Amino acid sequence: MSMASRSREQPPGAGLRLLALWPGLMLLLAGCTGGEPKADLVIINGPDPETLDPALGTGLEDLRVIGALFEGLARNDPVTARPIPGLAESWEMSPDGCVYTFHLRENLSWAPGQPITAGDVIYSWLRVLDPRTASEYAGQLFYIKNGEAYNSGKIQDPSLVGAQALDARTVRVELNHPTAFFLDLCAFQTLAVVPRQVIEKYGEDWMRARPLPTSGPYLLQEWRLNNKIRLVKNPFYWDAAHTRSAVVDCLPISAPNTALNLYQTGGADVIWDRENIPNELLDVLSRRPDYHTFPYQGTYFLRCNTTRPPLNDTRVRQALALTIDKRRLVEKVLRGGEPVADHLVPDGTANYQQAAGLGYDPALARRLLAQAGYPDGKGFPHCSYLFDAASGGEKIHEKVAVELKEMWSKQLGIDIELKQMEKQVYQAAQKNRDYDLSRSTWIGDYNDPNTFLDLFRGDNGNNRTGWKNARYDALMDEANNQVDLTRRAALLREAETILVREQTPIIPIYFYVGFNYYNPARIKGIYPNILDDHPLNAIWKIGGEKD
Amino acid sequence: MYFIKRILFLIPLLWLISFLAFLLVHAMPGGPFDRERTPASPEIEHHLLAKYHLDEPILKQYGRYLNGLLHGDFGPSMKYRNHSVTDIIAAGLPVSLSLGVLAFCFSMGVGLPLGFFTAVHKARWQDYLGSLAAAVVICVPSLVLGPMLIMLFAIKWRWFPVALWASPWHVILPTLTLGLYFAGRVARLMHEGMLATLHSEFITTARAKGLSETSILLKHAFRLAVLPVLSYSGPMLADLLTGTFVVENLFQIPGLGVSMVNSSLNADYTMVVGLVLLYAVVLLVLNLAVDFTHCLLDPRVRYE
Repeated sequence: MSMASRSREQPPGAGLRLLALWPGLMLLLAGCTGGEPKADLVIINGPDPETLDPALGTGLEDLRVIGALFEGLARNDPVTARPIPGLAESWEMSPDGCVYTFHLRENLSWAPGQPITAGDVIYSWLRVLDPRTASEYAGQLFYIKNGEAYNSGKIQDPSLVGAQALDARTVRVELNHPTAFFLDLCAFQTLAVVPRQVIEKYGEDWMRARPLPTSGPYLLQEWRLNNKIRLVKNPFYWDAAHTRSAVVDCLPISAPNTALNLYQTGGADVIWDRENIPNELLDVLSRRPDYHTFPYQGTYFLRCNTTRPPLNDTRVRQALALTIDKRRLVEKVLRGGEPVADHLVPDGTANYQQAAGLGYDPALARRLLAQAGYPDGKGFPHCSYLFDAASGGEKIHEKVAVELKEMWSKQLGIDIELKQMEKQVYQAAQKNRDYDLSRSTWIGDYNDPNTFLDLFRGDNGNNRTGWKNARYDALMDEANNQVDLTRRAALLREAETILVREQTPIIPIYFYVGFNYYNPARIKGIYPNILDDHPLNAIWKIGGEKD
Repeated sequence: MYFIKRILFLIPLLWLISFLAFLLVHAMPGGPFDRERTPASPEIEHHLLAKYHLDEPILKQYGRYLNGLLHGDFGPSMKYRNHSVTDIIAAGLPVSLSLGVLAFCFSMGVGLPLGFFTAVHKARWQDYLGSLAAAVVICVPSLVLGPMLIMLFAIKWRWFPVALWASPWHVILPTLTLGLYFAGRVARLMHEGMLATLHSEFITTARAKGLSETSILLKHAFRLAVLPVLSYSGPMLADLLTGTFVVENLFQIPGLGVSMVNSSLNADYTMVVGLVLLYAVVLLVLNLAVDFTHCLLDPRVRYE
């Protein structure tokens, strides 16, 4: 067909001129979102939360926002991060530590005339355990009698699960064994109470219901992916009188430079994580009053694959551990005030007695390596170190890897190949034990050594080292059946000594530090604590407070 | 007829693209639920895989996906578990589209006159200056240009916001960052096109007929000289419309460019395939539009 005759009537570029109408339209569209009132507090929260559903959330950026929306029987004290009464005003523990009875507050409601009841608590917990929910953190409820059996489908009857509503305001929980940290779990987001009436009506789309009734201090006004989460004060929250900021914006920002630019130009009041400020500027920023660091429950360590040579030999693992100059790593590479780690559980953890690790002793390391059959590193088989490409331009893992390679080569005369992989690929390789040495991180979920030491039980899916030690497992079992917390701490220390000193399937490197960036003269209500947990309702900006 | 055939041909092509993308993304090592921490029991992992049907044979999964696609459903995102892929695209596409169209208009608006002007003033100072400017903006990547613009206009002088997507003011720096490179490319193409056209016989004929220089340049030369730009503008617009990682990341713009990169890093299968399909549709449709416009502009071109 011929287009020629029509084209003569149309001047060149007519199509382009039509296109030129678009920007105006689009600008209008874009402008529509510009008329919002300013928030009382703007927080840079890190990457976009993957979900705001308490049953599904796993990432720190998810959990922080979920904590503002939904509350459990307990909540964390903003100052100490220890569990204090939340939806429950009080509770009792049986003498054997296996039964808890919680009493809900009287003034709990989703909305006028819709009380939050003990039935809602049970519903929320069973929902986490329900296989159809596919909750990754369902394990938080496995301490409850039959929790795991219900999740795996071995039992179908929810009334067999050890959590019952005795009446509208009483919850009785039966545990498998005394669990020193059960109240900490009750303050953890996975166990928060969700609105049954909405979930049953909207199913998978319940987060999009508006209004969305919540059990916590904030309501979700808006969640624009990659753009902004706007939280507004929940007037029905039992402690609404103490919600300091009425409107809070959580910005998902993944580029550290952008985060800092926004902060510097007044576009944000608080930056939560170390990953969200440019590492290159650390020396400058750390001298400002805005820079806050404090002990935190996270450990950077190496996993050794104990199922294949040469790392199946304890002496080789110990030799590698003894040659790492951790002080140099934290001072030269990290530079953020991170403490050196010779054991796995961070200092300052509740119910914890410090275990003695291996320290730095290259001479001893060389002797151990010689005993293992590799004097001066001669004949040492091919061995690689696996690490992931860090997102966001920070190359900490890479820098640590290069330093380690250098240290091992210099002190032991061995050559370790460095293997960098994309995050998902790295995680799959680690999970499938397809590595020799691997960079690892563990962040505690609750304030107790168990959140770290539980990992290296022989049957734990997070062990990933192939290491299995009957004495370690027995000590862990014994510790977790103790009601006496001092005795329990001693048993845990004994177990940890096996892990970091005697057997060394893992090599601790350093402890993370909690990091917040805000102007202490303007922002109040943020307190350093080992969980780096800062409930949003306690935070306010001077001059920005509203009711 | 020709164009109808081309449109019909898009259907099997898109089907093939979806199939290949689906296979490739599933062949990647590491799945969407491989994380730093393994759930407390293997059953939890089974529940996750079952929920997203990842435990089924790959062809069955594809069949399920294709069936959803035919009903306009791109499936749930495996990373953003409260969102469907359709939601995410619906939220990000208008943003990427507006930024892309603005950058496109900017690069055309600057590039075409610049190329035209430098060609007409060939080998004079206007040409050297204009061509130098074009070469510079082509050579400076947005990764460098963006932070420079932010430093000057947003931090030093505070004329524009440093980031985010909230008002027309927020749009200007990202548009410049994104559009300048393309403006340079368009200027170069236009410049070359004009030079080649001005040497053709029909221009000499036109001059011999005594037509005014303005009329020769604008009415006759421009129409042919713009053709290389036109061919380039299809893929360029497709690139601009579907979002760009660097600029979106730099200015924290909620478009699709960031999703495009992150979804493959996260092994968010449904999201990757959805975005690949979207990109394919945009690219194919724009290429078709370019060919169509070729017919309109160049009387010598006929598609049968």
